[in-house]
Amino acid sequence: MSSNVKHIILVMSGKGGVGKSTVSTQLALGLVAKGYRCGILDVDLCGPSVPFLLKLENQEVHQCEAGWVPVYTDESKSLGVLSIGFLTKSRNDSVVWRGPKKTAFIKQLLSDVFWEDVDYLIIDTPPGTSDEHITVMENIKEAPCDGAILVTTPQQIALDDVRKELSFCRKTGIPILGIIENMSGYVCPNCSECTNLFSSNGGKSLAEHFQVPFLGTVPIDPRVSSETSKYVGLTNPESPMAISFNSIVDRVINPN
Amino acid sequence: MDPNIPNHCPGTDSSSAGQVSACQGCPNQNICASGVTQLPDPALEVLKHRLSSVKYKILVLSGKGGVGKSTFTSLLARVLANENEQKNIGVLDVDICGPSLPLVFGVQDENIHQSGSGWSPVFVEENLSIMSVGFLLESKDDAVIWRGPKKNAMIKQFLTEVDWGDTLDYLIVDTPPGTSDEHLSLVQFLKSTDNFSAVVVTTPQEVSLLDVRKELDFARKVGLPVLGVVENMSAFVCPKCKVTSEIFPKNTGGAAQMSYEMGVPFLGSVPLDPSLGQCCDEGVNFIQKYARSPTVVAIKNIVENLTRNLQSM
Repeated sequence: MSSNVKHIILVMSGKGGVGKSTVSTQLALGLVAKGYRCGILDVDLCGPSVPFLLKLENQEVHQCEAGWVPVYTDESKSLGVLSIGFLTKSRNDSVVWRGPKKTAFIKQLLSDVFWEDVDYLIIDTPPGTSDEHITVMENIKEAPCDGAILVTTPQQIALDDVRKELSFCRKTGIPILGIIENMSGYVCPNCSECTNLFSSNGGKSLAEHFQVPFLGTVPIDPRVSSETSKYVGLTNPESPMAISFNSIVDRVINPN
Repeated sequence: MDPNIPNHCPGTDSSSAGQVSACQGCPNQNICASGVTQLPDPALEVLKHRLSSVKYKILVLSGKGGVGKSTFTSLLARVLANENEQKNIGVLDVDICGPSLPLVFGVQDENIHQSGSGWSPVFVEENLSIMSVGFLLESKDDAVIWRGPKKNAMIKQFLTEVDWGDTLDYLIVDTPPGTSDEHLSLVQFLKSTDNFSAVVVTTPQEVSLLDVRKELDFARKVGLPVLGVVENMSAFVCPKCKVTSEIFPKNTGGAAQMSYEMGVPFLGSVPLDPSLGQCCDEGVNFIQKYARSPTVVAIKNIVENLTRNLQSM
């Protein structure tokens, strides 16, 4: 890991489709909005979502003497991204790799990317507690890792998997920055009635049970979530989603 | 990885295993050079014998996580089991890091028993049994922190050791998201058997379809027939004003358009019903409890399309 990275934050969840990539990108965009320089490393090799969410599909990774150059979202170079999505020929191509090959590739991603003075490097992970996670954990031991943010949705079936991720972090000594409960309620665009699609408060009670910080709930709001490449705190500053993310960004900057 | 393995190991099943310069000094060089690693896996014969009584094997796949693979697996199994009491349904959960089926079927406190003929699955109904790594964990907080090879061995063990009974009409296999070890192993082990196919689950928005196209690409690459695509969580009817809205907008035409573009059958859409999620958390049979829900009607339709495609394969 290059010495140009000041803080590393992992975004994890035992469960898939809970919004890890959305949290990763919004967190990074939020930090950039506060004037920090950020990087996102997408280690989800079978289903990379970050290039799509940040509207960077079809961009290419270049190589310089110092290593691979990440793809930047704009000329200010305040947000750089590296994902396997930039390396496949077509967006429909599958990456059919077994563990050892994934491990070797992730090692390369962790050591060979040329990050230029990044304040926060956010690592977006696939669901589970397997090859990708073990490799990341083993290879950032010497690096300035602040810890992991765990993302969940409120229903039991997701919480059960997130408990396993929590155990993984505890077993491997990764500090837990907190739990985010995503998709917590859906506001009907017609009558503004809020329905709990996947029950509610599960993330909060999980955080209490394991005595880790609860970072907040994020509701589903299609009006807001359609604009994925901009920070919700700038596009819809009054929305409940923006208020949640603003406080999450503040917690990451000032953990105590 | 084992530090003793040379960096440029050609792979134990390669025809040059044990014979290239990278193999010099590897502790396994003699084993590889003798050729035994290239013989067919003896477990495949055991597996063929064990699964010879299974009529149809269906994988439930999705490139994306959290789209409802386990929920759909359970609904498919319940519908098939309710339709005909004479038919036996087996469900195998190979999501080793996040097994959900014991909870969804309401049997999370059950245990696996071993008999002379193998591991006995847990019976949910007379004609519906399930097997999951979830039954083998001591506590539900336990994380299974395994790399690929260990997961593959577990899957092989599930396929060779579980005693599904005299006949099984359907073996439905619930998989984790992705296109990696679990999926490759399943295909490798089951490809030699007959009537092996897959159904793919997605949600309507592009960020999910993007990963599902990769899964379809995987199926094409490994020669796995796809029975069709199911679109889950598609429309939502507000319980207060009854107006339908799209929670996960079909910004690129949804699963129907994707199926058409990828040349695979589209099996239908399942509307989002909050009581379905609740039933899954409580292990209740949704099909029975909410028999009149539009979601149940949609699922029954999809199962009908699916079995029709199965017959014509």
